[in-house]
Amino acid sequence: MAKFEEGLRYSESHEYIRVEGEYGYIGISDYAQHALGNVVYVDMPEVDDEVTAGEEFGAVESVKAASDLISPVSGTVVEVNEALEDQPELLNEDAFANWIIKVQLSDPSELDALMDVEAYKEHCKE
Amino acid sequence: MNRTLYGNLIFELSKKGRKGYSLPQDYDRTHTTAELPEALRRKEAARLPECDELTVVRHYTNLSHNNFGVNDGFYPLGSCTMKYNPVINEEIAGMKAFAGLHPLQPAVTCQGALEVYYNLQESLAELAGLSEFTLNPCAGAHGELTGLMVIRAYHESQGDIRTKVLIPDSAHGTNPASAAVCGLEVVEVKSLADGTVDVDHLRQLLSEMGSEVAAMMMTNPNTLGIFEPRVLEITEMVHKAGGLMYYDGANLNALLGECRPGDMGFDVMHINLHKTFSTPHGGGGPGSGPVGVRKGLEQFLPTPRVKKVVVNYDLPEDGPTEWEGFIVDWGTASDINNSNKPLGSVGNFFGNFGVMLKAYTYILSLGSENIKHVGPLATLNANYIKERLRDSYLLPISGLCKHEVVFDGLVDKSSGVTTMDVAKRLLDYGYHAPTIYFPLLFHESLMIEPTENESKETIDAFIDVMHKIAKEAKTDPELVKTAPHNTPIGRVDDVLAAKNPITTYWKSKE
Repeated sequence: MAKFEEGLRYSESHEYIRVEGEYGYIGISDYAQHALGNVVYVDMPEVDDEVTAGEEFGAVESVKAASDLISPVSGTVVEVNEALEDQPELLNEDAFANWIIKVQLSDPSELDALMDVEAYKEHCKE
Repeated sequence: MNRTLYGNLIFELSKKGRKGYSLPQDYDRTHTTAELPEALRRKEAARLPECDELTVVRHYTNLSHNNFGVNDGFYPLGSCTMKYNPVINEEIAGMKAFAGLHPLQPAVTCQGALEVYYNLQESLAELAGLSEFTLNPCAGAHGELTGLMVIRAYHESQGDIRTKVLIPDSAHGTNPASAAVCGLEVVEVKSLADGTVDVDHLRQLLSEMGSEVAAMMMTNPNTLGIFEPRVLEITEMVHKAGGLMYYDGANLNALLGECRPGDMGFDVMHINLHKTFSTPHGGGGPGSGPVGVRKGLEQFLPTPRVKKVVVNYDLPEDGPTEWEGFIVDWGTASDINNSNKPLGSVGNFFGNFGVMLKAYTYILSLGSENIKHVGPLATLNANYIKERLRDSYLLPISGLCKHEVVFDGLVDKSSGVTTMDVAKRLLDYGYHAPTIYFPLLFHESLMIEPTENESKETIDAFIDVMHKIAKEAKTDPELVKTAPHNTPIGRVDDVLAAKNPITTYWKSKE
């Protein structure tokens, strides 16, 4: 069964964001990694790239399919999780511990449009 | 056959100095390279395998036994229409009178071949409800790209710059890829819960960006095998915004003989001859992706196209005589500078003529009466499977499907057996696996397309095996999770293959 983590905000396309001050760590949920199956490649943006809420910022490739990563917020990429370049399977091992990008938020009010863990659990049941 | 011995790579069977040939004693080895400039000559010998003839023959015979095609058994690969390739197709395409032709020989010397070419152009136009076809493109996605180039050329001829292509989120992956290759921007149209196009979302997109929309690409029935009930409304909306409608012909088999893309309001389409018209597919290719257009767009089609002409002679002895024949319109350099004829040719010479001969043979073998049964029988077979399997496999969209049916894995997923496991276990029972994990709308998609060819006995036997696997998933899940067990190679490591592909045959020790 998929795990859900409290205190994060979730998008309909199964990305999460963990907010710390003016920064947010963005990754895919445990539910998403389950659905994708074994991840074999993560396509990530570069530091200083701009991301926009609702738009793609990369892709996750699994043995089943390639899926776009949709940014839950707008902002600037300040760090990417380079470990995923060689070990994309980290997303399968622990999706919440292994975030994909760290973003400096440009509009924190966008967080209000995202789901809390309870709403996200419901979303996954649908 | 001894698989341990002959199942190795041909390079692993190699023994230094072993040969299956001998050259004349006085053979002059300098002769073959004498004409080549020094820079182009090999510095060391090519690392070719060295084997005796018998080993080579056994090796390849062994490989051929490991193959699985429509001739070996049921091949229900969804979205691919793996229908039977009748033997007469091969016989006709292999005739010396056709196979020995040169694409550049004068038209007067190959009138029969040109007549077949012309008749196929006309037959496809009639079956599709469109005006004219080009047979030039060599595969389905090549046809998509050609069709989009036709659409772009049309808009440019109107002085209209349109850069966006609307594509439903359930579309074949080739649609957005073709649009991107054509330099157009893809905008996704959402699907409703029943898998059909969300017309309200389409309306919203058209009101936001209608004047920028070059076309909308659709396949109908869609990739879930569901007929789009509001297709007429959709084509009308897009036309009103000034865009054209593109029909992805991958799923045409469901409609063949029953209804026509042209009548639904589509302007441009491609047909996969290697699906709907029974020509070889996959490893047996090559493909062919003819592109058709409605009236008013013919001048944008690529060349060559074969045309029928009638010439009147007034002969001294016979008086007025009518001669009917076929000519090739190759286009000219000035056509390419003319905004009405911008494409030129998109493929080699006439395209894959051998494939066209097979497709035309198929059309003539069935005739206009029997071809009407293709779509309905393909639909009947898919619905029969759908109704008989829905107890064991989760049917996310009930109601009538067309030529293929999509399940979302097992109904009972408690043992952890996935769609992948079911597909692998099918191999043990001598079936080709269905398409899996496509369409992407469901997590455990299992997409079955039986085609119209299969007998009730074949389909029933397949259904029994599918139920048996569903039972095994409960009683002995490990058996299914570790399948296949009866194939030359067991469960392959997909992750390792994707992450660490070995693309050369040389072992690292060399």
